[in-house]
Amino acid sequence: MTPVLGVQGLELARGTREILRGVDLSVHGGELVALMGLSGSGKTTVLRAIAGIETFGGGHIEVDGLVLDGSARHVGDLHRKVGMVFQFHCLWDHLTAVENICLAPVHVYGTPAGEATTRARALLAELGVGHREQALPRELSGGEAQRVAIARALAADPRLLLMDEPTASLDPARRGELGNTLRQLTAKGRSLLLTCHDDDFVRDFATRVVVLADGRVVEEGDPAVVLSTPAHEATRRLLDLKGPAA
Amino acid sequence: MTATTVAIWSVCVSTAFAQAPVLRWGADAEGGAPFVEADPDNPERLRGFDVEVAELLAKALGRTPVFVQAAFTALDQSVKRGDFDVAINGLEDSPAKRAELAVSVPYYQFREVLTVRAADAGRYRSLADLRGRKVATLGATLAWEILSEAQGTHGLEPVSYDDDVHPYEDLLLGRVDAVLLDNVLAERSMRRQPGLVTQPEAAAVGYYVVLMAPADVALRDQVNAELRAAMRDGRLEAIFRTWQVWNDDQPAMYARVLAGADSLLEAPGGGAPARPSTWDLTARYLPALLRAALITLVLSCAAMLLAVSLGAAIAVGRVYGRGWVRALLTTCVEVTRGTPVLLQLFVLYYGLAAVVRLPPFVAALLGLGLNYAAYESEIYRAALEAVPKGQLEAARTLGFSTWQTLRLVRGPLAFRYALAPMTNDFVALLKDSSLVSVLTVVELTKQTQIFAANLGTWALPGALCAAMYLALSWPLARLAARLERRWAAPAA
Repeated sequence: MTPVLGVQGLELARGTREILRGVDLSVHGGELVALMGLSGSGKTTVLRAIAGIETFGGGHIEVDGLVLDGSARHVGDLHRKVGMVFQFHCLWDHLTAVENICLAPVHVYGTPAGEATTRARALLAELGVGHREQALPRELSGGEAQRVAIARALAADPRLLLMDEPTASLDPARRGELGNTLRQLTAKGRSLLLTCHDDDFVRDFATRVVVLADGRVVEEGDPAVVLSTPAHEATRRLLDLKGPAA
Repeated sequence: MTATTVAIWSVCVSTAFAQAPVLRWGADAEGGAPFVEADPDNPERLRGFDVEVAELLAKALGRTPVFVQAAFTALDQSVKRGDFDVAINGLEDSPAKRAELAVSVPYYQFREVLTVRAADAGRYRSLADLRGRKVATLGATLAWEILSEAQGTHGLEPVSYDDDVHPYEDLLLGRVDAVLLDNVLAERSMRRQPGLVTQPEAAAVGYYVVLMAPADVALRDQVNAELRAAMRDGRLEAIFRTWQVWNDDQPAMYARVLAGADSLLEAPGGGAPARPSTWDLTARYLPALLRAALITLVLSCAAMLLAVSLGAAIAVGRVYGRGWVRALLTTCVEVTRGTPVLLQLFVLYYGLAAVVRLPPFVAALLGLGLNYAAYESEIYRAALEAVPKGQLEAARTLGFSTWQTLRLVRGPLAFRYALAPMTNDFVALLKDSSLVSVLTVVELTKQTQIFAANLGTWALPGALCAAMYLALSWPLARLAARLERRWAAPAA
């Protein structure tokens, strides 16, 4: 089966510093893939390159049939294929929750305002924040803001959803709720690629884990296996770092 | 520059003569010849008939004259607060001055005369011929009062200037159709600018006097005695002859002063004129003040609108433009910010007059609007750059074009950051709008100055003027504060 996302030989440098040195990665329909690695390993950069907000020097990315070669070509069509949820949500402060979701459909995709609002409300309800549609971003809790950001990323109904550190600011109970929500999304055929430091979350909810070190994929597979019996030194260090003392 | 040199010179002189009795005399050296001006051959020296009258009085009183520079319109207030002993600068006698200050006997009689372009000499012989026409003069003078009255009786339009050179220049340019000013000034301008004709009939007669603080009655009596002595022995006549302003009016005036008259002011029906009461004058000036406040408000709002639109465009150009666009806009902003707005107003109105003759209000609007656009653009540029990168990247991942991101996300967010400094600028602009009086626009401050000159004191006009500025800026500040609260504080 053709993957929703295929990344091959992805290379990216900032000045003389190589960030990604040939990353190969794929995500299939209905998969929830967790990208793990120590800070600075390049996880977020991979996500940003797939989302089209980071140009890259080598390799290529194919999302749902759309091929990116590092230039600006095709980046403009990417928004229908990929949705991105930023670590700090990046909701627009001057708009309410429902307006945050409707802005792109109305102004970019040409959806009539009434239709966009109905769909935005349905998304908010589906994500459990239907009662907060008129709230401004500063009035939302971290968890609520995250769900609004997910709804905004899903407004164009993309097949692939990228999430940068979605568990970073959630307590354990909220983490569980998020995991269940993401499961529901994958159950409907969406694919998810997220960066994460939380191996418990990855064990509980990810279908596959990919470990990144020094800009390369060093290990990948079933989270239950990879995180229990890590084959690579980088994975061991990753797990030790949040070991008993944490 | 000349005034500065003169001021430094006078400080040096006052230090040198610190021990000798001095007569500090105040005038505005920018007023020019034949009153007081810096000598073109030696800018550190002053010359003019008022310089010689001051020297004459100082010598007679056994004192050394020390010049003190002061703005012409503030001379009466300066002498009142003791900045100098006497003010001598072609200052007109008036009931208001006599009510507030110690005033000498007149030392020169002048006529308010009408000057027109040579081609109009047959058409515009008196104020009555100038219905619907613009007539220029200095604000806050007897001539201004005459024109204000003629506005009602003859339907002409008075235009107020801050100096006595530009009225005649604008007359030649066709911006105004006549100038009403002292014969001394009219004769000087006719010597300087050919093509002008002064009508023989005087619209009114006035007198130059020496002003002193109200408590200096003893000094006033001494000054009166010395002026009379100089009238008697021909010393005053010699001075005015030197400066070519001696005429047949003077001997008749001297005769009346020497016969014992201290003041020659006359009410229309004869007898000494009484100054109208403060409340009468206030009631008379209030409509004019309110009209001037409206001009200030309309001018400030229109200029701010221009500044905001242009400032936003410049900011967008500086954030998104190519290298050469950014360099060009940065240069424009720096040049505009780095030069005084007063100078820009002068250049727009007088400097460009040969190319494009902008109406005063339009020049004022453009001058203030363009100047403030430079400041606004810096606020918006900083605000645009303060919008978090993540918010812009979020827009990009959702497919917004650069223009859509600016219009729907970055612009509205930046506007919130810019609101407080923008409000601040609008309040500043409201007050800076007083500068446009140099372009003959009678706005609130200028009208207050005219009112104060007629009342002889700044206290009430100043308070009224301050209250009006506050009434204009206060609601705006409240509205901005309310918006800021709505956007900033958590409502949960």
